[in-house]
Amino acid sequence: MHELSVCQALMAQVRELAAQRDAGAVGVITLRIGPLSGVEPELLEHAFTIAREGPWTGRATLTIEHVPLIIRCRECGEQGVARPNRMLCPGCESYHVDVVSGDELLLARVELLDARPATSAEPTV
Amino acid sequence: MCETCGCSIPDHHHPAPADGETVEVLKGLMHANDHAAAHNREHFDRSGTLVINLMSSPGSGKTRLLERTAEALAGSRRIAVIEGDLETENDADRLRAGGVRAHQITTGSACHLDAHLVHRALHEFPLVENGQGTDILFIENVGNLVCPAAFDLGQHLNVVLLSTTEGDDKPAKYPVMFRAADLIVLSKADLLPLLDDFDVERAERSVRQLGVDTPIIQTAAGREPDIAQWLAWMEAQLEQRRRAVA
Repeated sequence: MHELSVCQALMAQVRELAAQRDAGAVGVITLRIGPLSGVEPELLEHAFTIAREGPWTGRATLTIEHVPLIIRCRECGEQGVARPNRMLCPGCESYHVDVVSGDELLLARVELLDARPATSAEPTV
Repeated sequence: MCETCGCSIPDHHHPAPADGETVEVLKGLMHANDHAAAHNREHFDRSGTLVINLMSSPGSGKTRLLERTAEALAGSRRIAVIEGDLETENDADRLRAGGVRAHQITTGSACHLDAHLVHRALHEFPLVENGQGTDILFIENVGNLVCPAAFDLGQHLNVVLLSTTEGDDKPAKYPVMFRAADLIVLSKADLLPLLDDFDVERAERSVRQLGVDTPIIQTAAGREPDIAQWLAWMEAQLEQRRRAVA
């Protein structure tokens, strides 16, 4: 299960942002994940409850936007939804296809709460 | 502990959160790893080394393939191996016994190598030794068909082994891993006549259904058909890489 490593990298990115923007805390963290990302959203949610412990993110919540897996055929141009283990053109069944969407593993948005004046003390990390 | 920011400063309390400000980020979650991987890749390119990341289930013959490769390339190509395992130096020891330069990374409980681990290994295991460079560096990843696929190490090519003693439908079960491959090696091919439940055509179909035209070759390290196809593929890749960085 590598989702904990992925989640720890996420929290590092989020905390860096919170520090830069001088936020007091982090609210909703929104991710965008596709089925080809290699990350299991459920496991990531589980890992999140462990990884969020620490400065800024103790009360943060996670929202995952699921990106559909869409492919486009290089031979007939047809486009459609696919499954990771069946990525054949919906029109002509060719395997010469390009991924239009579905490999995303993105930090989309972070809600920053309670921004403080720049002079106040940083929480200890 | 302050319940808002989670810090451990006693009596630290934030006022109730005001309306939050939402910041658009749109940055890859693997950003830090990818950054380290790009750094590794620059280093490999400067050294003129082709780097191949070998991935598979445990026991599909990665180390055996490397032992045989080292024998076949002795005297013509300088190779080195970085081994990734949860515990033990066994695989690196096996390769060293055959005269191969090898370095072991033990990951503890981590199920994959990442770019930082490889970076650290390169500090202890330089690509240039006694004034001689390395033609090909193999990184033998932790045996696992899930996690290693998510971590770029800075390699130029991914090779995924599927041994004939596994199911021929593995590509359908682990699509992300097999899609990441630049080459798929059906290892232990000498056993095919003995196995009635591994169908090469079915394995190939299972790969094509992932929407990729990745080349598929067969090997049997030390037995017929041995590793001729593998060596030919590697030589072609080495030439291509040299042209790319020339």
